[in-house]
Amino acid sequence: MSEKMEEFDNRIIFAKTLIALANEDPKIVVVCNDSVGSSNLTEFRDLFPDRLIDVGIAEQNMVGVAAGLANAGFTTFVCAAAPFLTGRALEQIKADVVYTRTNVKLCGMSPGIAYGELGPTHHSIEDIAWMRALDSLPIVLPADEAQTAEAVRWAANMVGPVFMRIGRYKVPSVSHGQSPAFIPNKAMRIIDGSDVTIIATGTLVSRAVAAAAELKVEGISARVINLSTVSPLDTAEILAAAKETKAIITAEESVTRGGIGGAIAEFIVQNHPVPMKLMGIDTFAPTGSTTFLLEHFGLTADSIVASARELLKHGK
Amino acid sequence: MSIDTQQISDLAREIRIQILHTIKGAGMGHIGGDFSVTDILATLFGSVLNVDPKDPNKSDRDRLILSKGHAAVALYSTLALRGFFPVEDLKTFAQPLSKLNGHPNRNKVPGVESNTGPLGHGFPIAVGTAIGAQLAKNGSRSFVIMGDGELQEGSNWEAAMFAGHRKLTNLIAVIDRNGFQQGSPTSKTNELDPLDKKFESFGWEVRVVGGHDYAALHKALTDPQTKPRAVIAQTTKGKGVDFMEGKAEWHHKVPSAEQYEAALLQLGQQ
Repeated sequence: MSEKMEEFDNRIIFAKTLIALANEDPKIVVVCNDSVGSSNLTEFRDLFPDRLIDVGIAEQNMVGVAAGLANAGFTTFVCAAAPFLTGRALEQIKADVVYTRTNVKLCGMSPGIAYGELGPTHHSIEDIAWMRALDSLPIVLPADEAQTAEAVRWAANMVGPVFMRIGRYKVPSVSHGQSPAFIPNKAMRIIDGSDVTIIATGTLVSRAVAAAAELKVEGISARVINLSTVSPLDTAEILAAAKETKAIITAEESVTRGGIGGAIAEFIVQNHPVPMKLMGIDTFAPTGSTTFLLEHFGLTADSIVASARELLKHGK
Repeated sequence: MSIDTQQISDLAREIRIQILHTIKGAGMGHIGGDFSVTDILATLFGSVLNVDPKDPNKSDRDRLILSKGHAAVALYSTLALRGFFPVEDLKTFAQPLSKLNGHPNRNKVPGVESNTGPLGHGFPIAVGTAIGAQLAKNGSRSFVIMGDGELQEGSNWEAAMFAGHRKLTNLIAVIDRNGFQQGSPTSKTNELDPLDKKFESFGWEVRVVGGHDYAALHKALTDPQTKPRAVIAQTTKGKGVDFMEGKAEWHHKVPSAEQYEAALLQLGQQ
């Protein structure tokens, strides 16, 4: 690939945006589980000590307390490592937040395989499938700094629950100054193309962009969709991809069963079937860094390119 | 608020009669737990809570979270009798598409604060509403009613620890200590005692009171606080109908026609 692009930890802009929002609106509060450091909330706590409620290592209580704060009129952000937030407190998320429809913003920090060597207990590859199973819960996966800032602001201003993933694995900008970088309820088509569509999320978006560049050299026109909103699914954009290109690849840092791949496949198979390849992480990971594991699971530009070639060969 | 025990007693009797009608009509419900919690609800809604049926979402209202959501019919009956919705609506309980589900739904029923049902959920929520009231400085108080068997859920102790740590003086946890869980006595399943010492060790003030004694309940629910307070209300499952009292089988049994008549007679005479 070409020159190395500057990369960013989305937690930094996340915290900055929360601080800006809290300055504007006294009803913004944060609840966390001994995760002030890992959620990058030290500055928030110093500025708004009363509005940072750290329940300690107790995720069920964390989400219940957040639901209570929302009931009391606060716009409540829960910031916790994604695996523990979604795994440990799943029933609180279901009953107290989503079913009760409280104004709680569930921020899954360091999702996917961001915790690399710490292993599958600390990986959050199941979260999207779990959250997708909940009725009418918006699921937002910002892919870069600009999207993170805009998505957090959007979440603060809408009333109701949201689940969002805030990555720690450094990623380059994929929005490139495009404004708005994030449009609620929309899939973002960031590269147009007519042969194959690559639908990617989070860390995989920049890799999909790189894959499209490689494919272009080979004369293959690849469309890239940044699926920064998984639920509700932008069905118009997905249908257009199925109709206007010959095949669809999905790429995600999570299980494809019920994940992004599952979401797209469910829609495609009922509306306009085309050949598909689902790329993700469907097994507990072996030991290794995030960078190593992304490669291990074939979540690279080169693997996406290979998938595109394969799909188009079969399609002919 | 002063207390008129006759008035609360009248309300409690009306609540029990509505519970009996409603469960008989629907052919389902948790009558034993409904009757054990009735006097607690009557005291709260009759003499303690700052709530307004005409403005059920006013921001400074007191919060009552019924964590033992399976006692939904007791809550529905209380709310209806206090004017949150028509008493007539109780007839729709558990019928297709009724707003009155087997467990309460905040988005459909005025006066319900959270969609409870799975046990161990209400306590953390009440901790959240209590912290929220302190941040908002609006004087709102938070109450959560739990079954005793429910205290076997670990989430409650996460909430108790945190409330003790934060010294939430606007929070009261009421334990409907009827001594039974679904299948058997709590003491045989997973002993809770010494329950008072457990709460005290988590930084709580504890009051052990008769759960059918309106004056004692009122005092425990209104005395000034320097800590979060646990009110262990010693209740009788099935209270008010002699053949239901203290019988595990009445956890969710539905009375026969004869039992219904006999129960109605007993409640009417109280």
